[in-house]
Amino acid sequence: MKILTTNYISCAVKACKSTSLSFPLHFQDAVLVQEEVDFKPEFITNILPRIEWEALKITAVELGFTTLPAQKPEATEEAPLDPQVLKDLHTLLLETQVTEGKLVCANCKHVYNIHQGIANFLLPNHLALPLIMITNF
Amino acid sequence: MPLLPTPDTSHVDYDQIYEPSEDSYLLLDTLSSDSEISFLKERFPTQNAVPIVLEVGTGSGVVLSFLTTNSSTIFGHDSVLTLGIDVSTPANKATNETISRNKPRGHYLDSLTANLVSPLRDGTVDMLVFNPPYVPTSELPILPGEEDAEGGRKLDLLELTYAGGPDGMLTTDRLLDSLEKVLSKDRGVAYILLCAQNKPEAVAERLRSGRYGEEGIRWQVEKVGSSGKKGGWEVLGIWRIWR
Repeated sequence: MKILTTNYISCAVKACKSTSLSFPLHFQDAVLVQEEVDFKPEFITNILPRIEWEALKITAVELGFTTLPAQKPEATEEAPLDPQVLKDLHTLLLETQVTEGKLVCANCKHVYNIHQGIANFLLPNHLALPLIMITNF
Repeated sequence: MPLLPTPDTSHVDYDQIYEPSEDSYLLLDTLSSDSEISFLKERFPTQNAVPIVLEVGTGSGVVLSFLTTNSSTIFGHDSVLTLGIDVSTPANKATNETISRNKPRGHYLDSLTANLVSPLRDGTVDMLVFNPPYVPTSELPILPGEEDAEGGRKLDLLELTYAGGPDGMLTTDRLLDSLEKVLSKDRGVAYILLCAQNKPEAVAERLRSGRYGEEGIRWQVEKVGSSGKKGGWEVLGIWRIWR
């Protein structure tokens, strides 16, 4: 599972979606591998608008990447983006994969397993049902 | 219409994964038709933020691989992120392999094991593609992990690929209810396959009049591809749904 993907997902439990605690999910026991991907600086530049920076910083630190800028880099006409910053982002977002490990919701504490690089978000029955149906049982 | 190659899926185990069929090929033809290429190019121009393309129910991965491999023709550039979801982990492994062996040009992120769009954050998806389990059946099959709760009912991954409950619409209705949340507000678009028994004109009317989801969004809906014999029982259509 690529690090960029974690920026697009939150807890699969419906009741968690409205709380800020459900995003980002938190890594535990993550096994990382690096897989080389062609570096295209303009592609990373186009990805930047699609990134929640605060969440990415949390994810990065959990995985041991501590060099992300405090603020999301933004290109201006006078100052294009630093190529080294783009290269670091490329390495973190697209080349780093979690092959084994867990993603945990800070709200409901549910643990999602990652096995052979594939994360599993299927929920046990009692969590998959809307709350109203559970209270009606 | 450009003739684009169909991705190679010869490695896929069709005993537990849906084999690319008429419905899959109709999606490939429709998504690479002149009208859809022109719609997608205009909606996702190269200089803007990368679009996130999600296929739900990837199966062999043939459709997602087609979009990833042919991104420069379909979108006019390779600056796209593609993502897959399937309830079947074997299907997700197959999709990983299908994409890697068919020379991807766009950037493939991952395939996730999940129930429809449940793990995705609101407003994330710019283009959603869904070839649902659309065949009318008396009830829905169980999902992986539900065997015990359902009194030992047997998991059947192949049945999950086609069985759609009454009208074949149980799963599709849930997906349509979630469009208002998962599609991006400014440019989200969905391509959904429906068969004649799903009563597609009635589905389209419900979408147009805001009867899916909670916000009452009145979607624009257009049939953009079709196949099948009129006298036969399976007539397929691809419906484009957008704000």
